Amino acid sequence: MSKPLAAVRKKRLFAFNRKVFAFPYMLVLLLFVVVPTAMLLVNAFLFDGKGSFENFTLFFQAGVFLQILGNSLLVGLLVTVICLLIGFPVAYMLSRFKNGGALAMVFVIPMWINFLIKTRAIASIFEWMGFRLGIASVIVGMVYIFLPFMILPIHTTLSNIDKSYLEAARDLGASNSEVLVKVVMPLSLPGVISGITMVFIPTISSFAITTYLGGGAVELFGDVIYNAYNLDLYGVGSVMSIIMLVFVLIASFAVNKFGDSKQGSSLI
Amino acid sequence: MRKASKILSYSYLAIVALFLYLPILIIFFFSFFGQSGVNFSTQSGFSFFSYAAIFTSDASSSLFSAIANTFIVAAAASVIATLLGTVSAIGIFHLGSKMQKVVNNVNQWPIISSEIVTAFSFVLFFSSLNITNGWVRLILSHVTFCTPYVVLSVIPRLYQIDGNVYEAARDLGATPIGALFKVEIPMLFPAIISGFIMAFTMSLDDFIITQLNKGTTGIETLSTYLYQDGAKRGLEPFWFAVFSIIFVIVLLIVLLGNMRKTLSAKSKKEGTK
Repeated sequence: MSKPLAAVRKKRLFAFNRKVFAFPYMLVLLLFVVVPTAMLLVNAFLFDGKGSFENFTLFFQAGVFLQILGNSLLVGLLVTVICLLIGFPVAYMLSRFKNGGALAMVFVIPMWINFLIKTRAIASIFEWMGFRLGIASVIVGMVYIFLPFMILPIHTTLSNIDKSYLEAARDLGASNSEVLVKVVMPLSLPGVISGITMVFIPTISSFAITTYLGGGAVELFGDVIYNAYNLDLYGVGSVMSIIMLVFVLIASFAVNKFGDSKQGSSLI
Repeated sequence: MRKASKILSYSYLAIVALFLYLPILIIFFFSFFGQSGVNFSTQSGFSFFSYAAIFTSDASSSLFSAIANTFIVAAAASVIATLLGTVSAIGIFHLGSKMQKVVNNVNQWPIISSEIVTAFSFVLFFSSLNITNGWVRLILSHVTFCTPYVVLSVIPRLYQIDGNVYEAARDLGATPIGALFKVEIPMLFPAIISGFIMAFTMSLDDFIITQLNKGTTGIETLSTYLYQDGAKRGLEPFWFAVFSIIFVIVLLIVLLGNMRKTLSAKSKKEGTK
C-alpha cells in the first residue's frame, strides 16, 4: 500500500520540481539583462560619482544632441516611408501570385547577408560611380539594407489573409481597387506595423552605415551613442540609450497592440 | 487587362529585385577582375587575383584570425545558448502562469531592444565588474542575446507535443532524467536544432554588440575587422572575394534550407493522401 503512494508522491514532487529548470536561466536573465538595463538608469543619474541631473542637462542643453536626434527621426521616417512605398506593392503582388511564396525568397535572401558587408559593398560602388557621399547616399543605402525587413512581415500577413474575404467583398460589388483599399490594407496592418518597427528602430540606432555612406557629413543617433562609448562618456551615453529605449518601448507597444507579435520569430 | 496587370506586376518585382541584387552582382563580377589596389576595372582581364589575395595579402593572417574568432565565439555561444535555452524552456513551460509571463517578457527583451542599447548596457555592466577579457565579454554577451532565440524556438514545440508521453514513460518506470533524455529531448530535437541554428547565425551576424564589447584584448571578428579595415577609402581587392564567397554561401544555405522545407512539406502532403 505504502509503495505506490510513495511513487505517486515522488512523481508529484518531480512534476512540481521541473520548474526548477528555469531557475538558472532566470538568474542569467536577471544578471545579464535586468541588471545591465538598470545600470543604464543608474548611470544616467550619476555624474562624478554623485547622483545628479547633470547628464540630462548636458544632453538637452548641448543643442547638437537634440538636433542629431531630430535628424535621426527625420531620416528614420523617410527611410521607413520609402521602404513601405516600395515594399508594400512587392508584398501585395507576391501574395497574389500562385508561386508567390517561392518568389518571396528572392526578396528575403539579402536579409541574411551581414548588413556591414552590404553597406561596405554599396559604399565602394558609390565611390566607384563618383556619387558624392552624404545624406542621399545614406538614405539610398538604408533603403537597400532594410527593404527586405519591410517586405517579409507584410508578405507573411498578406498571404495569411483568408481569400474568402476578398471574394466576399467582390461578390458584394467592390472593385479591385476597393478590395485593396478597404479589405486588404486594413487586414495587412499587423504586418505593416511590424515592418515599420523593424525598419525604423535600426535606422535611427545603427552607426556603421553612416560611417561608410555618410562621407563624414552625416551623424545619426546611433553614432552619438557609439561616440559616447568611445569617449568613455558613460553618463550621457546612458541618457541617450534611455531615450533610444523609449522609442523601442513605443515600437513594441505598437506591435503588441496592432501588430502580430509572432512576426518577429517568423523572420528568423 | 489581367494579362497587362500581370506583366506590370512582374516588371515591378523585377525592378525591385534588381535594386536588391545589382550591388551584389557588381561586387561578384569585379571580384574576378581584381588587381593589387584596383577594384573596379576589367582592364587587367579575368583573374583570380582577389581570391588568391585572401591567402597571400599582408592582411591574410588578420583576416583568418578574424574568421576563426567569429566561429569560435559563435560556436561557444550557440552551444551554451542551446543547452541553457532548452533546459530553461522546459522549466519555463512548467512555471506558474504569472511567473511564466514575466520570464517570457524579460526573455524577449534582448530581441526587441535596440542593439546599440544592449551593447552599451553590456559596456556598463562589464566595466563596473572590471571584466576586461574580450573572450569572456564576447561569449557572455553573445550567450545573452542568443539564448532567447533557442527558448522561443523550443517552447512552442513543448505545447505541441503530448505531455502524456512523458508521463507514460515515467509510469513505465523511466527515471525523470531517463524520460527527459530518452523521450522528451528526442521529441523536442527539431526545435532544439532550429534554435541552435538561429543562435549560431545571430552570433555570426552580430556587429554592434561585438564592436563595443570585444575588450582591449584585441579580438576582432570578421565584422569588426571589416569595420576597421573598411574605414579607409578604397577596399582591398580580397574583400570583394570574401564578400562574393559569403554571398554564395548564404544563397546556397537559404536555398538548400528552403528546398528541404518544401520537400518535407510535399512528402507530408503525399503521405496523407
